[in-house]
Amino acid sequence: MHTLTGAELMVALLENQGVTHIAGIPGGAILPFYDALARRGTITHILARHEQGAGFIAQGMARATGQPAVCVASSGPGATNLLTAIADAHLDSVPLVAITGQVPLAMIGTDAFQEVDIYGMSIPVTKHNFLVRSAAELLTVIPEAFRLAQSGRPGPVLIDVPKDVQLQQVSFAAWPEPGTRDTGPALDLAAIAAAAELIDAAERPVLYLGGGVVAAGAAPLARALAEQAAIPTVMTLMGLGAMPSDHPLSLGMLGMHGARFTNFAVQESDLLLVVGARLDDRAVGKASAFAPHARLIHIDIDRAELGKIKTPFLAIHADVKEALAALLPRVRPQMRKRWLAHVAALKARFPMAMPGRDDIAQHYGLIQAVAEQLDDSAVVVTDVGQHQMWVAQAYPLCRPRQWLTSGGLGTMGFGLPAAIGAALAQPQRTVVLFTGDGSLQMNLQELATLAEWQANVKVVLMDNHTLGLVYQQQNLFYGQRAIASYYTHHVDFVTVARGFGLPAFDLTQTADPRRLLAEALGRPGPVVIRCPIDAQAFVYPMVPPGAANNEMIEAGGVVQ
Amino acid sequence: MIEQVAEPLPIYGFEKRVLELEVNNHPGVMSHIVGLFARRAFNVEGILCMPLPEGTVSRIWLLVYADQRLEQLIRQLEKLIDVRSVREHHADHEVFVQAERFFR
Repeated sequence: MHTLTGAELMVALLENQGVTHIAGIPGGAILPFYDALARRGTITHILARHEQGAGFIAQGMARATGQPAVCVASSGPGATNLLTAIADAHLDSVPLVAITGQVPLAMIGTDAFQEVDIYGMSIPVTKHNFLVRSAAELLTVIPEAFRLAQSGRPGPVLIDVPKDVQLQQVSFAAWPEPGTRDTGPALDLAAIAAAAELIDAAERPVLYLGGGVVAAGAAPLARALAEQAAIPTVMTLMGLGAMPSDHPLSLGMLGMHGARFTNFAVQESDLLLVVGARLDDRAVGKASAFAPHARLIHIDIDRAELGKIKTPFLAIHADVKEALAALLPRVRPQMRKRWLAHVAALKARFPMAMPGRDDIAQHYGLIQAVAEQLDDSAVVVTDVGQHQMWVAQAYPLCRPRQWLTSGGLGTMGFGLPAAIGAALAQPQRTVVLFTGDGSLQMNLQELATLAEWQANVKVVLMDNHTLGLVYQQQNLFYGQRAIASYYTHHVDFVTVARGFGLPAFDLTQTADPRRLLAEALGRPGPVVIRCPIDAQAFVYPMVPPGAANNEMIEAGGVVQ
Repeated sequence: MIEQVAEPLPIYGFEKRVLELEVNNHPGVMSHIVGLFARRAFNVEGILCMPLPEGTVSRIWLLVYADQRLEQLIRQLEKLIDVRSVREHHADHEVFVQAERFFR
């Protein structure tokens, strides 16, 4: 018979799940849990400076490794501050277990100090959530939370634990098994055979890879399928890295800021094989005008995604790794010379324009210069905005889980804490964070966490004194009335970073910025590198919101 | 230039459906279910809910309009961890017909 407090049991069950690091901030209602952390001394706690930072540190760990990661907060404001990071994990299908303290059971519903209904508030942004009513329930709830977070389509699970439940003694005979990933749905081999026939018969197929391919560990299989059947391949923002950007069949990212040839190839396709993707509006543009000549094969582990946006010709509810493994031996190898030649012609005629690629003082040139200093083992994290789209377009990503970005929710402030989490989870790697001055200021306080842990994060700050994408939209679509998108006060980020205890450099304060960049990136541990960017530089090409993907605008407002 | 343009919402049909859900009987399940309908802008016309005799499972009857998003709603319902099954019936199912006399 084992006898523990609820709090000790929580920590023991996290150990049982293989958890070694958690990120959080303590407070009154979660203090018994923190005391158990101190007593057991088995789990490393990363003290964030804001609970949203803790949530994104855990997300960084989960996104880099694919394993569920844990964040912790107290009741009330601690819990509500986690919500944005939880919602972000929900939209990008990241396995996250969020643990919150709650006021004692008897005080729930009395508007007690720091009481909020985080159970109710988190319902729309979690896969599932629990309000634990006795310490004994923890024995099933915690393994179940880990099972749910990583099974099927991954996602966040919240566990709200009242303070008295953490203090309650519980006796039990046997430890529960850790929660593990369920096996996927049974594979419909008739549908797989039908998909193979459609691929064999198609003249202009395109393979469309989403984040689900990365989540399922199916990237090598997707690449093998593309090579075997000579299928040009596009990726969503979340799917980047599934196929190396320099692969001859890779057409890069599609959608709102994809290259024109990429979107044109999709629009001309007669068969679109969508794998592990949800046909998000930023990827497909106006859905009714998307790939109008294509039969759609849609493979996803979430059945609700099949037919949600576009009615597929063939829907396959499956783990995409299993589906692709079954598809490979059934698909006929072929060269598809005509279609590949046509795609090559599209690429030559409508290439991804990257002006200033050789100029480190411009956005594409800076991204290129950073990439040249790093090898393929580096993890590339971004915040949200113009810099995110430029990096997505230009960085030579080459492996799954190399690319960590906030896709669905588009959360400014994601980058810094996520980069810290990735660096702590994979200390052997260099993590480069591309951020903007708008995004960085949304979780700036985590520079203290970065300094404290000396995590190997290279912060590349693209500073243009604007909320760049907002400024861009106002200029393009709101009669150039730029309101609330330009910072009239310019923060001295180098001094700020130094104040947090980080080495910091300004690329303008040197005669040889390439050398300074190389030195800064080559240092061990964290560094902040400020790089000014022209506020008038916009992200092109662009599908205007609500338009079809073949109605892209270029620099100068030219509609192609 | 226009901003975000969504496809117009499909016009509500007048045909109704009855959904029969079996759900785990514990606090919070109802808010998971009705919240799902509310946040996907889908009206629920009627709700009846009672625990089954053994007490661990409840049955929920929902009266809804059969517009084209209903299938998506059912798939989302089936993803809820506490929803054990969803069955679809025609609107003339006796459960709401008999309940009507309490709503006069």
